[in-house]
Amino acid sequence: MALAKRIIPCLDVDNGRVVKGVQFLDIRDAGDPVEIAKRYNQEGADEITFLDITATHEGRATTVHTVEKIASEVFIPLTVGGGIRTVDDIRTMLNAGADKVGINSAAVFNPDFVKAASDRFGAQCIVVAIDAKKVSLAGEAARWEIFTHGGRKPTGINAVEWAIKMAEFGAGEILLTSMDGDGTKKGYDLGVTRAISDAVPVPVIASGGVGNLQHLVDGVTEGRADAVLAASIFHFREYTVPQAKEFMRARGIEVRL
Amino acid sequence: MTIGKQTVAVIDYGMGNLHSVASALSHVAPEQNVVVTSDPAVVAAADRVVFPGVGAIRDCMAEIKRLGFDKLLREQIATGKPVLGICVGMQALMDHSEENGGVDCIGILSGKVRFFGENHTDSTGAHLKVPHMGWNQVHHNDHPLWVGIEQDSRFYFVHSFYILADDASQVAATCDYGVQFHAALTRGNLFAVQFHPEKSHTAGLQLLKNFLHWDGRN
Repeated sequence: MALAKRIIPCLDVDNGRVVKGVQFLDIRDAGDPVEIAKRYNQEGADEITFLDITATHEGRATTVHTVEKIASEVFIPLTVGGGIRTVDDIRTMLNAGADKVGINSAAVFNPDFVKAASDRFGAQCIVVAIDAKKVSLAGEAARWEIFTHGGRKPTGINAVEWAIKMAEFGAGEILLTSMDGDGTKKGYDLGVTRAISDAVPVPVIASGGVGNLQHLVDGVTEGRADAVLAASIFHFREYTVPQAKEFMRARGIEVRL
Repeated sequence: MTIGKQTVAVIDYGMGNLHSVASALSHVAPEQNVVVTSDPAVVAAADRVVFPGVGAIRDCMAEIKRLGFDKLLREQIATGKPVLGICVGMQALMDHSEENGGVDCIGILSGKVRFFGENHTDSTGAHLKVPHMGWNQVHHNDHPLWVGIEQDSRFYFVHSFYILADDASQVAATCDYGVQFHAALTRGNLFAVQFHPEKSHTAGLQLLKNFLHWDGRN
C-alpha cells in the first residue's frame, strides 16, 4: 500500500476553448473544456489542471464560468493557473470551485505573494508553477533558469534554488514545466525534474513534452516526480487515461485504477 | 402526509472553500437541501451536519472558538443527529494538535494530531513528500458509511499532520504513509475523515451518499 503517482491531464484554455500549441505557437483547437474535463473525470484522471492563457479581461470572466461548470460536475481536485496575480484572483478561483491555484510569473515578480497566499488560504491550495529552460552549454554542469512570459523572458534565477525557496515560502506543490520540452513530444527534461524533486520536500508535478506513455513512466522513475501532467496526448485521443495508468502499472508504478 | 425535505448544514467558519463539499453533497442527494451556513440556528434545525476545514489549525480553532462553534458542535452531536468532520474539521475534533507550535483543539475525540516530519521516510528508507498529497488506500472497518465502497479503495488526501486516536474502538479506517494513521474515526452519530470525500470521485461520493442516508447508528 502506498500513495499512487498521479496522472493529471492539463487543459490550456483560451477564451473558453481548449487549445494546445507547440512551444506556445501554432495553437490547435481541442474542444470544450467542460466536456473534456468530464471525459477525463470519467476515465479516472487523478486531478485536472486548467491553465488559462486568455489575455483579455472579458475572457477572464468566461474562465470563471468555465471553472464553475467544471467544479459542479467533476469531483476530483481541480487546479486553476494562469494570470493569478492577487489574493483576490485566488479567492475568485477558489470560490468558483478550484481546489488549488497555480502561481507563476507573479511569484517571480513578488515572491512574498506566495507567502501571503499560503498564509491566507493554506499551502494545500498553493501550487507554484515554474517554467524552466536549460542554460548550461554542452560540457558544462547542467543548469536551468526560470523564464517568464510563456518562456520568452529569462530571469537569471536558478530553477532548483527557486523551487527550494518557493517551498519555504509556502508552496504546497511545484508544477515544473520544461520549456525546452513543452509541446515537442520528446519527453520531460528528466534532469531538471529529478534535481527539483530531490531538492524540495513538497510534491513535484512534471510537465512539458509528453509524446508517449513511456515519457510518463520516465517522469516518475528517472525524474522522481510525484505526478505527471500531459495535454495533447489525451486531448487528441492518442492515448486514454486508463491506457496510461495500465502502462505505468505494468512497469511497477503504483497508480489508482 | 408530506415529509419535508431533509436538510444538511455545511458549517462555514470562514476557513476555505466550501463550494466543493456543497456541490458534491447536492450531486449525490439532489432531493436534499444543502445549506452552507454560519448561523447556529440553521445548523440546529438541520437533519445532518458537515464540519469541513482547510488551512492552519491555529486559525481554524481561533475562528471556531470566536464563533462559539465548539459549543455548537458538542450540542449538535449530543442531539444524536449525524455529524461528519472532514480533514482539518476532523483534526479540530481532537484534543490537541502539534501544528503551529501546539494548539488545543475542541476535544470531542480523544487523541493527538502529529506532524509527518521534515525527513519522513517509508519502511525501505525512501523519502516521502510532505504534505501527503494524492490518492492513498484506505483500509476500513464495517460501518454503514462504507457500504458499497470496496476495501482498500483510494481516497484523495492533502495534509501534513495525521491523527492517532487513543481509543482503538473509534477507528473506522487506517491509511499508511510511512506511519499507519487513523484515516477515519467514529463515535456514535459522529464520523470523521482525514481525506476529502468531495474530491475522491466515485468512492468519495458513495461515502457522502451513505452519510446523507445514515441515521447516526452503527
